[in-house]
Amino acid sequence: MSTAPIRGLQMQTTSPFTGYLLGSSYDEMFSAAGVPRAHYSALHRHLIDLPDEQMRRRKSVADQSFLHQGITFTVYGRDEGTERIFPHDLVPRIITSNEWSRVEKGLEQRIRALNEFLKDIYHEGRILNDNVVPREMVYSCRHFRREMRGLDVPRGIYITVVGTDLIRLPSGEFVVLEDNLRVPSGVSYMLTSRQVMKRVFPEWFRQTQVRPIEHYPHALLSTLRSLSPEGRTDPTIVLLSPGVFNSAYFEHAFLARQMGIQLVEGRDLVVNDNILYMRTTTGLERVDVIYRRVDDDFIDPLAFRSDSILGVPGVFNAYRSGNVTLANAIGTGVADDKALYAYVPRIIRYYLNEDPIIDNVETFLMTDDKERSHVLSNLEQFVVKAVGESGGYGMLIGPHSTAAERGEFRERIQADPRNYIAQPTIQLSTAPCFIDGAIEPRHIDLRPYILFGEKVTIVPGGLTRVALKKGSLVVNSSQGGGSKDTWVVNE
Amino acid sequence: MLSRVADNLYWMSRYLERAEHTARLLDVQLGLILESGHEPGDGRWLRLVQCLGITAKPPSEGGPSRLIHWLAFDPASRSSIVTAIGVARENARQVREMISSEMWEQVNRMYHDARAISSGGYQDRDPQDFLREVITGCHLFRGLLAATMNHGEGWQFIRLGRHIERAGLVSTLLDVHFREFLPDGSSGIDPADHLEWIGLLKSCTAFEAYCKVYTAELGAGKIAEFLLLNREFPHSVRYAVDSIQRGLEALPEGASSQGSNRLHRLAGRLQASLSFSQMDEILADGLSAYLADVQRQCIQIHHVLHQVYIDYPIETAIEA
Repeated sequence: MSTAPIRGLQMQTTSPFTGYLLGSSYDEMFSAAGVPRAHYSALHRHLIDLPDEQMRRRKSVADQSFLHQGITFTVYGRDEGTERIFPHDLVPRIITSNEWSRVEKGLEQRIRALNEFLKDIYHEGRILNDNVVPREMVYSCRHFRREMRGLDVPRGIYITVVGTDLIRLPSGEFVVLEDNLRVPSGVSYMLTSRQVMKRVFPEWFRQTQVRPIEHYPHALLSTLRSLSPEGRTDPTIVLLSPGVFNSAYFEHAFLARQMGIQLVEGRDLVVNDNILYMRTTTGLERVDVIYRRVDDDFIDPLAFRSDSILGVPGVFNAYRSGNVTLANAIGTGVADDKALYAYVPRIIRYYLNEDPIIDNVETFLMTDDKERSHVLSNLEQFVVKAVGESGGYGMLIGPHSTAAERGEFRERIQADPRNYIAQPTIQLSTAPCFIDGAIEPRHIDLRPYILFGEKVTIVPGGLTRVALKKGSLVVNSSQGGGSKDTWVVNE
Repeated sequence: MLSRVADNLYWMSRYLERAEHTARLLDVQLGLILESGHEPGDGRWLRLVQCLGITAKPPSEGGPSRLIHWLAFDPASRSSIVTAIGVARENARQVREMISSEMWEQVNRMYHDARAISSGGYQDRDPQDFLREVITGCHLFRGLLAATMNHGEGWQFIRLGRHIERAGLVSTLLDVHFREFLPDGSSGIDPADHLEWIGLLKSCTAFEAYCKVYTAELGAGKIAEFLLLNREFPHSVRYAVDSIQRGLEALPEGASSQGSNRLHRLAGRLQASLSFSQMDEILADGLSAYLADVQRQCIQIHHVLHQVYIDYPIETAIEA
């Protein structure tokens, strides 16, 4: 005990921000070295006042809480420790409500336009006839589903749940990096990380007006309910998961529990006479809406991949007959194809007759001869992505690549230009993170979650993902990324 | 309730009961060694393997410490406590939205503690510490079950799993013990085996409860009567079967009413036998045969329960 005052004294003399170096990126906390932005100043002061030991203790309380609650994800391709806690950083990321309201409007605009696009290409295809989007770009997409042609989905809504990846340019402006329109995940980390933060730092929440996000599960349930098939007034809604070995299983169980709906697997469901049932202890019970977390390819072995054991034979026909709703609809992946992404601003203008509120990142299509040769001769400056991949797989980050890797990608691009796009390397914004007892900047992005049913609902904030490796620009959890709590606060 | 979920709850509960029972038996045996002095050889531990109804072949080399490791800490052994907790937790993980967060956190914590110990953390610790932690952990889990989960259908499947497992475990233990220490069927206890009979009662947490009914005077017939036929003691076979019967009555009718009837008949028959049988008659006809019959009937109840609620054919359900 006698050493305590001395340690306390040391803490007051060294700020945890001593080693904090600002780079060329936009920094969320500092406008200049040592000068915090107005909405960060209270947190900045807290962090300086908080003894190092307190911070470490709270970090370990938070980690224990994640482990005991089983908030884990699975890393594929490793035997030992396949289940790991989701790395979590304790320093919250703050967005002002002014910034947020612009983001919110921009996301709603984008979602409405993309939904119109899906409805159009699976019906008359006006945008293709008008040559705004090249026909072959749509038809050559791996996620385009011919089976959806002419099918009317409930309320005309294809994309019920969307997670859009935003990044901040060095200017401070938010831009869209990627739309995730198939089965976006991560929302459970947003919700649980808030729960844990409230437990670990209650005093921060007492002093700051953080806009709540806890209503997300209820909003999701209402959204799903609004999409039930015609005439089914008290619908039975289920969440379809690939099962306990899926990397996002924790999330599936978490959301099902929060919504009070059944978590089902393919083997729990059976189709008879185009009606979908689940097997219960008292017999078969009819199902009306499926919030599915199984990819298109695997959802019905009769309609899509016949080797799938995760799906439900016959569910696609039940869907076509209008007896059950799938959310998201089948075939939405065509609109988050990374090559089609380049056309989204044009898609927004075409359907809504508005300018995009949130911009795209400049994107070069490898199918275009001029753009391709420009990228190929400056490969070390670009990020190259395979259009069908997600989760940070199949990427080349030019400035961090070796000559051999660039050579390999050059060949791959030339062999299959439709499969690749290139974007200039963007310095994602940085935010302060608690790393080994000090506070250091790390690159982050932002994934807000958008719900689209009767109306569009976006909970304030979203999941902030962190590239925990120093200097890394890859935030995906499968590639060593973590998360932090995201606060939208009034200025 | 989903059939798969009922199945997971049922097995979660069976494996926890098994983990607790194994821990208690090991704890009692380690205590007996302290009191009665070291017994050379593997005899005591091989008998324990039989008492647990384990059909897998135990390791033949390495002596007692290897056998204890195999029964308690060895993640590669299908019969170890660590494995049972792991399977219980895997079942819980698949239905974690159906059980309360408190229950899930408890079984998850037990799993992480057990794993830490089995990966080498126990060498410098008294193994009895770990065994008692397992027992306390299971008690805590049951407390959370009673206090934090709806006492609905899922809860009934959890109770059914526990009591079907318990009826089987206690009757197996009784059978092996009586064959070892009373091979000729007489009712007298050899004074040299006195501690072993106390051990049998303690293996079912029954010593104090027994004394309250019969005083501390031990008699083989009385012990058999207490562990088999007592109506009020929660680790007796009869108590477990009464609970199975009550659990089945509380379940809704299954997918086929024919199957439900059969299930109730089976459980009713076993319950009636345990309620109305006389101990002296059971002993006269052979305790071992009676216990074998109880076990056979428990297995039958398990199978029919699954046919009615979990593995029913779709055709019967659609016609109904």
